[in-house]
Amino acid sequence: MIEQQTVAATSAQFPAIAWSEFRGDTRGVVPRDALFAVLQYLRDQRGFDLLVDITCVDYLNYRDADDRFGLVYILTNTRTNETITLRAFVNDPDPSVPSVVPLWPGANWLEREVWDMFGIGFEGHPDLRRILMPEEFTAHPLRKDYPLQGRGERHNFPVLQRAEG
Amino acid sequence: MALEVPENVVVSKLDELASWCRKNSLWPMPFATACCGIELMATGASRHDLARFGAEVMRFSPRQCDVMIVAGRVVMKMLPVLQRIWQQMHEPKWCISMGACASTGGVFDTYSVVQGIDRFIPVDMYVPGCPPRPEQLIQSIIDLQDKIQREGTISGREFLARQRQEPKRALVELPVISLPRGVSRLPQGVRVE
Repeated sequence: MIEQQTVAATSAQFPAIAWSEFRGDTRGVVPRDALFAVLQYLRDQRGFDLLVDITCVDYLNYRDADDRFGLVYILTNTRTNETITLRAFVNDPDPSVPSVVPLWPGANWLEREVWDMFGIGFEGHPDLRRILMPEEFTAHPLRKDYPLQGRGERHNFPVLQRAEG
Repeated sequence: MALEVPENVVVSKLDELASWCRKNSLWPMPFATACCGIELMATGASRHDLARFGAEVMRFSPRQCDVMIVAGRVVMKMLPVLQRIWQQMHEPKWCISMGACASTGGVFDTYSVVQGIDRFIPVDMYVPGCPPRPEQLIQSIIDLQDKIQREGTISGREFLARQRQEPKRALVELPVISLPRGVSRLPQGVRVE
């Protein structure tokens, strides 16, 4: 486990993180309010210069789940090849976390995607618009309470006749 | 007919001649969004050779095309683009819906995929398959050529007017017959004028 030192150092700084390991992957659950500070510490002090991905899991109706959304941050140190997965839980009615665009500019589109699909707000994001769905779309389709076939948005278009155009 | 016609002269209608010219020089607009587009490319390439049917000049500008081949699934963000391209094409124009996804949505019965482009634009030919073989697409081109010859040189407005007339004609040709009380159906051989 090459991440041992990083885990020990980060735990000393932020004791609230719950660390675990699964098949060689190091994972940590971070309290929502400490998220930005932990990410900043890992980038500045531990050399995690690459943000691989930001994604989200909706735990609605999931067994033994207490929180609604689990935000997942995957970080890599490109010098030591360490990889760490951090998770923060957020809940309705206003699920939001601070944006990490100031730390990694590449987070811009990743956060827009999470906003589009799950409706999680990113405070301080420079341009939080939809990225996949059309702008006039109102729902967040990857939420578990959104029906698979939608609410009729896909059929809400004008019909062209042969005589037009 | 008193006039002597030489052997190598064929008499026809001008309309038929125009349709014959149209059907043998189709210019496809490839609207390829998925794997059907690969089969569409194979159809245009040398092995299957769409040039044998006079439809090999694929142009990527709708202003230069007269048959749109929609190959692949169309999502709701793409549909306004599709409609706009269709409107930019000049008359006369036709549309081939290639593959299961373009025709019905296919396996993608989800919130973002349009369940058949014929809900929003007119379609002349449907090609089944997932994806269809190039032979199937060629068959649809041949069938489209037959349709062009059959329909003649009518504009879209005339086509729509003709379509509107059709239910009326059906009513005229099948008159409503009121039977006498107690009779449920006419005896065989009796005709009501």
